[in-house]
Amino acid sequence: MNTNSIENVSRRRFLKGAFSAGALVLGVRFLPQVLWAAVREPLYGPDVKDAVFNPNLFVGIEPNGTVIIVAHRSEMGTGIRTSLPRVLADELDADWTRVKLQQGIGDARYGSQNTDGSHSIREFFDVMREMGGAARLMLVRAAAQRWKVSPDECETRLSTVVHAASGRKLGYGELARAAAKLPVPKKQELQFKPSSKWRYIGKSAPMYDLAGICSGKPLYGIDTSLDGMVYASIEHPPVLGGKVKSYDDGEARRVAGVRRTVQIPPFKPPYAFQALGGVAVIADNTWAAFQGRSKLKIEWDNGPNASYNSTEYRKMLEETARKPGKVVRNDGDVEAAFAKGGKIVEAAYYTPHVAHAPMEPPNAVADYREGKVTAWAPTQNPQAVQDAVAGALGIKKENVICHVTLLGGAFGRKSMPDYVAEAALLSKEVGRPVKVTWRREDDIKFDYFHSVAAMYMKAALGENGRPSAWLQRSVFPSLMSTFDANTMYGAPLEVGMGWNDIPYDIPNLRVENGPAKAHVRIGWLRSVANIYHAYAVQSFSDELAHVAQRDPVEYLLDLIGPPRIIDLKSIGYWNYNGNTEQYPIDTSRLRRVVEMAASQAGWGKRKLGKGSGMGIAAHRSFLTYVATVVEVEVNDKGELKIPRVDTVVDAGLVVSPDVVRNQFEGAAVFGTSVTRTGEITATNGVIDQSNFHNYPVARIADAPYYTKVTLVESNAPPAGVGEPGVPPFVPALCNAVYAATGKRIRELPLSKHNLKA
Amino acid sequence: MIRLKVNGVEHSFDGDSEMPLLWYVRDKLGLTGTKFGCGEALCGACTVHQNGKAVRSCVLPMSAVQGAEIVTIEGLGKNGLHPVQKAWIRFNVPQCGYCQAGQIMQAVELLNSKAAPTDEDIERAMAGNICRCGTYQRIRAAIKAAARESA
Repeated sequence: MNTNSIENVSRRRFLKGAFSAGALVLGVRFLPQVLWAAVREPLYGPDVKDAVFNPNLFVGIEPNGTVIIVAHRSEMGTGIRTSLPRVLADELDADWTRVKLQQGIGDARYGSQNTDGSHSIREFFDVMREMGGAARLMLVRAAAQRWKVSPDECETRLSTVVHAASGRKLGYGELARAAAKLPVPKKQELQFKPSSKWRYIGKSAPMYDLAGICSGKPLYGIDTSLDGMVYASIEHPPVLGGKVKSYDDGEARRVAGVRRTVQIPPFKPPYAFQALGGVAVIADNTWAAFQGRSKLKIEWDNGPNASYNSTEYRKMLEETARKPGKVVRNDGDVEAAFAKGGKIVEAAYYTPHVAHAPMEPPNAVADYREGKVTAWAPTQNPQAVQDAVAGALGIKKENVICHVTLLGGAFGRKSMPDYVAEAALLSKEVGRPVKVTWRREDDIKFDYFHSVAAMYMKAALGENGRPSAWLQRSVFPSLMSTFDANTMYGAPLEVGMGWNDIPYDIPNLRVENGPAKAHVRIGWLRSVANIYHAYAVQSFSDELAHVAQRDPVEYLLDLIGPPRIIDLKSIGYWNYNGNTEQYPIDTSRLRRVVEMAASQAGWGKRKLGKGSGMGIAAHRSFLTYVATVVEVEVNDKGELKIPRVDTVVDAGLVVSPDVVRNQFEGAAVFGTSVTRTGEITATNGVIDQSNFHNYPVARIADAPYYTKVTLVESNAPPAGVGEPGVPPFVPALCNAVYAATGKRIRELPLSKHNLKA
Repeated sequence: MIRLKVNGVEHSFDGDSEMPLLWYVRDKLGLTGTKFGCGEALCGACTVHQNGKAVRSCVLPMSAVQGAEIVTIEGLGKNGLHPVQKAWIRFNVPQCGYCQAGQIMQAVELLNSKAAPTDEDIERAMAGNICRCGTYQRIRAAIKAAARESA
């Protein structure tokens, strides 16, 4: 549990406008574990850590009985905007039909708002319960005072305090004013509901915005409109770090509706979340801005990254992966074990860059007035918006207000607010509110890409084909290059994603990471380094099973070994910043999901036709254990279908089961895109892809026809659900392709392989 | 001067006749339920109905909608929600939801032309609509449920 102390802030003005006078408002002070803190802090301004000790999460109760809960995390489709408030509502015993959600603006007093790393429920579950529980107790005490009875005689039911003995009742609204005058109870005084009494936690409910989404309400960033607003589209330097040498906007300005152009200066390295630079066209509508932009004549100075060619870079990565790297885990003596002989198996795997391509391209509205900026943005990280805008304009972070809209997809892209900085810079320049809209081509070409990676694997197989020694080495440009251009090695959080935490029972095991310099912006994409690491480990495991002539499921369970806790403290394993007592690496949980997934899929039991096959993979990420069995059909023409996926998830306690199932169904589709067609390449520093015709993502017929998701019933503390579905899916699909066709996929995407028999 | 009806309301437009309908409904009429996804008719997020047919408004110039009746997601349900919208809600289809207006408009056209679509019909009709969150399985289930209910 976090160190929390709740305080009554009813008379404060922090949430000005959110609550009316007389409302009971609770705030909470707490110290969150800031997942990516190490990454974010050096950027701009004061240390984030100093700011998080301020009041942050809030519930308010209006005199009319409306319960207002602040959702302080960003909604991009994971349901978090609904799920966390429901945890609070449960402990408050609030009537959900009378709950109104208020999206929190960016404010350090909330603690970390960066909605990435699949940690929202894990980090805020207890806090939300305390918030709800404290408010409930204050309402009970207010009722008891009024009735002159002991609070112990009172209970609550759906936003009402009840005194059963006398049959008296008072609604929360009627008690709000009196409750607001009471001191906040101490944590020790709170009595939490037993899980058997939970009304909302663990029960499925529609997302708060469901009906609005289905009827086209203006909920997303791109739907924002302000009086006097103008529209901007920006031509970015084609190569990262490039500069405008000269430009001619004569023709652009003659386009009807175009007002002017604005040159945006290039960033100062490291690029971090700064605007890329380039030339913006300002117009009366989005179309005119796009049209004007197409008429710009710009001469560029491309700079040093114009040397970036994916074909040569790949060779470099693969050569590096063959050489000794930095050792990030070393159990036993791998070299001695290899020297003893046994059957040596080697394999190299390669995965290209991937783009996020959320359906809503990056966009933002900013309004600069007298040294202050108000921004509306689909962002995963409104406090980073404050930092980025403040840094770009040379103003104080406190002078940047960031309203968070719904996000039309994000997958990590919208943690990086360069596009909001652009809107703010332009608004200051033109003296009006500006809406920046990225075209899809901008989104694909100027993404913060998922890292390209090369993995080298080597094992010596002894008795029963069991590995006596295992060496694995990965090489990829680190996402830390975003903040330090000289970064050469993977950060602990990257090598700690399915690499040095490999949960196998092998006496001699060495894990290494080799150097690579980045030439494009690197960012985190749904499950990050877990994707290429799990792909290599789980593909190699399947290869070894076949060399050993053993069943892949039985072999995988043998690799995982007996139920035990794996202690990696000695190597400084980061464990997703989760406490290792609460969230150990527990192989019994990994074994269980493997066994359940195999059984659910009918592994070894179901007869499959010609050209069909099943593959399995299992992976722990974001403290959640997932096993996935993919079934494929490959026809005579080499065309692939995915009729069925069976995924079993142990994420500990699950707050919103149906939303979580939807996340894992979606992860299978996201994984399908990565595996089948996900590839971004560069030629002379320019990204070769631009839109969905040359960067295809899974369509309805490409995606799994049916994904069955089973959630393991668990009382373990809650873990991540947004990301962990992706890593095992990718190798499970490749292993299924092998089972169906005999073709081993050591390089992604599948579209590069001819699957014809 | 281009005259057209949007969700039953008459409008006239005398701007750039090459402007795609998408930007007219979004930027000029403020009907933002229709979404921008790709600008090249590759993703279906911008799908609206032109005289009852599903079209990609991001590549449909205003010159092509002279006299047309356009329906957007905002105008879909005559009295409350359309049965397809209700099915979407019942199956909790959306995740981020950004593509769903386009998906719904496409599905409505499918069900107007085919009361009981097969899996193949659904895959063909919905092939142009991308959902990056990956809600295809629920989209298929919701279309089938809406078909059953309208039968």
